[in-house]
Amino acid sequence: MRRQFFTNTIKILAVGVGTFSIFKLNDTPKSESKIELKKSFFLRPPGVVSEKHFLANCIRCAKCVKACPYNTLSLAKIGEFASLGTPKFSANEIPCYLCDDLPCIKACPTDALDKSIDKISLVNIGRAIVDESSCVAHFGIQCDACYRACPFIDKALKLEYKRNERTKKHAMLVPKVDYDYCVGCGLCEKVCITKKPAIVILPTSFILGERNDNYVKGWVSGDDERLKHIDTSKKHDEKKAINYLNDGEF
Amino acid sequence: MKILKNKYLILRRFIQLGLLALFILPSADFILKGNLSSSLLFNSISLSDPFAYLQIFLATFTLNVGLFISAFLVFIIYALFLGRAFCSFVCPVNLITNLADFIKQNTSFKSSKLTNFKQNTRYFILFSILILCLIANEPVFEKYSHIGIITRGIIFMQTSAIFVAIIIFLLDLFVQRNLVCSHLCPLGAFYSLISKFAMLKVSYDLNKCTKCMKCKMICPEAQVLSLITKYSGNVSNSECIKCARCIEVCDDDALNFNLINFLKGKK
Repeated sequence: MRRQFFTNTIKILAVGVGTFSIFKLNDTPKSESKIELKKSFFLRPPGVVSEKHFLANCIRCAKCVKACPYNTLSLAKIGEFASLGTPKFSANEIPCYLCDDLPCIKACPTDALDKSIDKISLVNIGRAIVDESSCVAHFGIQCDACYRACPFIDKALKLEYKRNERTKKHAMLVPKVDYDYCVGCGLCEKVCITKKPAIVILPTSFILGERNDNYVKGWVSGDDERLKHIDTSKKHDEKKAINYLNDGEF
Repeated sequence: MKILKNKYLILRRFIQLGLLALFILPSADFILKGNLSSSLLFNSISLSDPFAYLQIFLATFTLNVGLFISAFLVFIIYALFLGRAFCSFVCPVNLITNLADFIKQNTSFKSSKLTNFKQNTRYFILFSILILCLIANEPVFEKYSHIGIITRGIIFMQTSAIFVAIIIFLLDLFVQRNLVCSHLCPLGAFYSLISKFAMLKVSYDLNKCTKCMKCKMICPEAQVLSLITKYSGNVSNSECIKCARCIEVCDDDALNFNLINFLKGKK
């Protein structure tokens, strides 16, 4: 009896130790920013419409990982924030180079990566944000590394002329992101010269709001077409004021 | 002589390791690309896991024709011909559990059994997973599948998969014999449900049998060999994983593979 009890205890211990060793798993981090990246967010391959739709459809076959010619994508391991076995990447390691034919979307056997996205301008990975306190262009130093790296140069990333108020005579060229064009490929983050990138790609849901579509942009050609068939006649009731007095609310 | 006797075992290991090698090697991508969930054969034929397709269908309720065809292809192959041979010929977890079983058969761990899971536990797990897919709108088993973890671990050299492999090994070795594969795994349950009418069957000949019971000792799903010592016929229980270990250990040539149709023609 006693001997069996001891052997059983040792067996349970062995299985228990094996199980809990999983929770202690963590790769040795390469840099501090990588820890934060692992813990808080991750970037999905191009073609992901929403995280919920992606998770419902992803079969975890890694075909997109193999299709990527730049080895950008990797599969989430145990202990990572992303759902186990799903493709993800971080822009400061290898960014997405936005291949024109989008091989990752073509390789996907399911609807997880949206097949209707056939142009790189429709891709929605994330959006770039600039940390003005660490971006050296905001110090007055001429650096346009991110601007030159951007695949949508002068559209997604523009250089804004600014007067240098400190010296009162120099101009500053600071990067400015246009969120209507930025797709979040991460090329700007990869090339950023600062110690920790001053321009970072965040998942869209982290930073972007959503405007109502009733606003008409007068400066976009054709947008005022929407006003053509609108009903502008006023519905005016002349007796409303009299009825209001006579209905006896006083 | 001994090699010839274990020909099915060698064939199985060859297929299991060969498939993994094809998945790993980038130079072999033109033959086979992907992993066991979904793969591309010769850059043209897409193959998908029918159980994963079923989960995705329940989670999203949208019909993806390409995925459906690729899953249906695999479904037909196993449902009509091979039965549960996926478990013994393809699944890499089989390597781990067979190692545990091998150690168990050859050492003093034989009698140990800590839990008492019944063989039909896996069917409860299977159906609760399908219901969970409906509720959570996610392919639940694909998310936590030990088969997926092990395969991806081997293909992409993920070190964390080693720990899952160790747990499966320990569970099989210490807790209950064949606990993972023949008591808990819902994928095995799925394949045994769909392969009710599979043609590949193990046939048994009572006249040749000397009732040594070696086959029952080695079989990971011993309940399928209920006809041993009783009557000649085919192993009709679809839980048989067609691993052919019983054929190999039988010294009397009483057990053999037989396509059920061929047998019908003979009679």
